[in-house]
Amino acid sequence: MAQAAPAGAPAPVLALEEVTKSFGSVRALRGVSLALHAGEAHALAGENGAGKSTLIKTLAGVHRPDSGTVLLDGAPVTFHGPADARAAGIAVIYQEPTLFADLSVAENIFMGRQPLRALRRVDHTAVRDATAALLRRLGVDLDPERPARGLSIADQQIVEIAKALSFDARVLVMDEPTAALTGTETDRLFAVVEALRKEGAAVLFVSHRLTEIFRLCRSVTTLRDGALVASEPLAGLTEDDLVRRMVGRDLDALYAKRDTRTGETALEVRRLTREGVFHDVSFEVRRGEIVALAGLVGAGRSEVVQAVFGVDRADAGEVLVRGAALRRGSPTAAMDAGLALVPEDRRQQGLVMELSIERNIALTGLHTLGRGGLVRRAAERARAGDWAARLRLRFDRLSDAAGVLSGGNQQKVVLAKWLATEPEVLIVDEPTRGIDVGTKAEVHRLLSELAAEGLAVLMVSSDLPEVLGMADRVLVMHEGRLVAELPRAEATEESVLAAATGRTGAVRRTEAAALDGEGTP
Amino acid sequence: MRQAGGKDDAPVREAGGEAARGEVAAGRRRTYAELLRWDTALGVLLVAVLLAGAGGTEGFAETTNLSAALNDTAEIALIALPMTLLVVAGQVDLSVASMLGLSSALAGSLWDAGWAFELIVPVCLLVGLAGGLLNGWLVTRVGLPALAVTIGTLTLYRGLASVVLGNKAVADFPETYAQWASYTKTVPGTFVPYPIALFAVLAVGAAVVLHRTRYGRAMFAIGAQEQAAWFAGVRVNRIKLVLFALTGLTAAFAGIVHTLRYGSARADNGIGLELVVIASVLLGGVDFNGGKGTLGGAVAGVLLIGVLNNLLTLNDVSNEIQVVVTGVLLIVSVLTPRVIAVAGERRQRRTAAT
Ligand SMILES: Nc1ncnc2c1ncn2[C@@H]1O[C@H](COP(=O)(O)OP(=O)(O)OP(=O)(O)O)[C@@H](O)[C@H]1O
Ligand SMILES: [Mg+2]
Repeated sequence: MAQAAPAGAPAPVLALEEVTKSFGSVRALRGVSLALHAGEAHALAGENGAGKSTLIKTLAGVHRPDSGTVLLDGAPVTFHGPADARAAGIAVIYQEPTLFADLSVAENIFMGRQPLRALRRVDHTAVRDATAALLRRLGVDLDPERPARGLSIADQQIVEIAKALSFDARVLVMDEPTAALTGTETDRLFAVVEALRKEGAAVLFVSHRLTEIFRLCRSVTTLRDGALVASEPLAGLTEDDLVRRMVGRDLDALYAKRDTRTGETALEVRRLTREGVFHDVSFEVRRGEIVALAGLVGAGRSEVVQAVFGVDRADAGEVLVRGAALRRGSPTAAMDAGLALVPEDRRQQGLVMELSIERNIALTGLHTLGRGGLVRRAAERARAGDWAARLRLRFDRLSDAAGVLSGGNQQKVVLAKWLATEPEVLIVDEPTRGIDVGTKAEVHRLLSELAAEGLAVLMVSSDLPEVLGMADRVLVMHEGRLVAELPRAEATEESVLAAATGRTGAVRRTEAAALDGEGTP
Repeated sequence: MRQAGGKDDAPVREAGGEAARGEVAAGRRRTYAELLRWDTALGVLLVAVLLAGAGGTEGFAETTNLSAALNDTAEIALIALPMTLLVVAGQVDLSVASMLGLSSALAGSLWDAGWAFELIVPVCLLVGLAGGLLNGWLVTRVGLPALAVTIGTLTLYRGLASVVLGNKAVADFPETYAQWASYTKTVPGTFVPYPIALFAVLAVGAAVVLHRTRYGRAMFAIGAQEQAAWFAGVRVNRIKLVLFALTGLTAAFAGIVHTLRYGSARADNGIGLELVVIASVLLGGVDFNGGKGTLGGAVAGVLLIGVLNNLLTLNDVSNEIQVVVTGVLLIVSVLTPRVIAVAGERRQRRTAAT
């Protein structure tokens, strides 16, 4: 489908022609063409594993295409690495943040091209000020001087965005930048991207939230199994059309939780506090219930669930599972009590990337997969194969390293490894981050079914439709405090947002917040 | 591209069978990659060196020489076992040779003071265990990197060895024990000396632990991505602590073997041995960054270095050259997998282009 630019029309800023790329026996891209034009936002759609990230890495010089060409301003180029692509004015936000943990936010953003003073000394003040300005533009409250270590995945994503925006890019490529962001941060990001586009930048955008695609982009390229399905304007298309192109059939994209009768309290959190992070958080989750923990990025949601599970230590407060207090700071004890935590950061916390898919899934159940410490290979493999099938994992071999899977498929492995423990209380932190529409509905159906069987679910999610569709109750956090508790009937986009942004009017304060004696800000 | 769920071929729900079929096909394709595995290649190389030695070097294939060659690796081989587990878990212990020296010096000093040898051995082992626990404690509780901690204790333990024995040498250990450690006495019907026989048994145990138990699985996970292991409920610190303790214990035991084999307890016994141990383990394909490696590979690495040194000695090659050979081998071992990977990538591009 090589398309010569019609005479007169400007050549695309960046284009791919008939590009193929294989990894071993996996054909990730099969003859894909794509053109990005100045001042236009283009979307890239496709299911998990369709080849979106591979395409982006080819544009960015991370991968060399096996065949086909990359065209810059109409002329073929070969990028020998990401540095070449950057020199050509291509800014890329990769799907997984890759920050240097020990460098500060500012240093990460200006890595390798810090403003210099005389004698090539780094101008630290300039770096800090430029970072502060960028972060202000994105409307986030992050200290430029703090180290990247310990940032939540959403904050890391924001630093990556700032990094890409920090130099005058002619082409801005974004691989699921919004996957961990809430609507508020997404709005800000879109405003900045929109401004860049109007100044003439070409934009390539990937997201599994189709509404975002329609908001930001004018045209779309759809991939399926590494092959091009269509490249067309978005005008006139519906979300269903897009889904059909991605999946090859019709699909019910949304799944709402079934109403279930809730049972006794499974998880109770009492006045949990971690100094400087969250304060006096109390709530309970009953059997059969799905409770969502909503809030803006940085409100402390992930920090709370990590303390509940014991991977972080709380400074005060208690966690009770079926009435029995959990030992603090011990994930093993939490697991023994029937807790499971699907963490938000799959690269660092969720998966051991170098280990195989089956070993990752087995890691949470080693004591059940054999006797006397021995691990039965067959049992290990069966557990992995079973869950891979249930979650429709796309893989080549179960013995492949988890790191070679596409982002969404990695997320499925994290889900599998925790669902396989058959927990009584399941805590999920951004359970569908990076998961495509079809599988998302599948995951929702699964969670709903498990809840119907008596599982208690605590869900952190930045995806508001997911929160509203799935939760029986919504707890809202704002700046480290629980500020509202909304039953399903009262939870709307407006009420959740109002509470999350700390606007008092709509906020029904919870007992815990009231006990604290402080008004909401 | 296969998928467990079968998405494009319409409304597949019963996906289990699909996944299972995938695995069968995968089995066939795996063989090629398996052949290229480093530890397999190393095994082949070892056999080749053995055959070449038997054909080309006089005296090599004689059983007394083989016994001696094997026994010369005894301490290295023994320490290499826990070291392999440590390195897989992303840790390292540089203090092992110093612990060997400390154990030897302690044995000499106590023997000099008239202690029964039967009492000396457990005391030395306890000291080894304590030294290993100290390493482990500093790493897990204080949170220092293993490299830094064990460089410190490398100096500390060697210093303690000198304090215990000064620059004396103690000899005349009981004949039965000296015999046990000597290459002249072998397991009946074989040319395998007792320390090596013990090593073989321990090696099987270590291989089972590393490759067949949940503790081994946990070690790989810790070495590859410690935080993810912790999030999955692996008792990271406990496993590290036990590994350091085992390493200290083994090093102390190796100190006793060393003392008996040479019939001499000295504070400077085994100086520099930690590097040979680590070199053998790395040569065996264990990744210094953790998370990758096999125990079989490490054992092959130990044997290869041992056999080569023996061959070079028999051929009157100087000690210095032997060190150079070991160094070259080590570099080759690090380079080869990389070269294979790059070659594979090139091939892929070529086949796609044509
Ligand atoms: N380095 C790699 N080695 C082997 N296979 C790979 C590698 N990178 C990607 N793949 C495979 O290529 C295919 C396409 O992956 P890609 O990451 O491009 O998907 P994606 O469209 O970005 O999916 P997602 O929506 O889940 O992020 C997948 O089957 C994946 O397993
Ligand atoms: Mg991707």
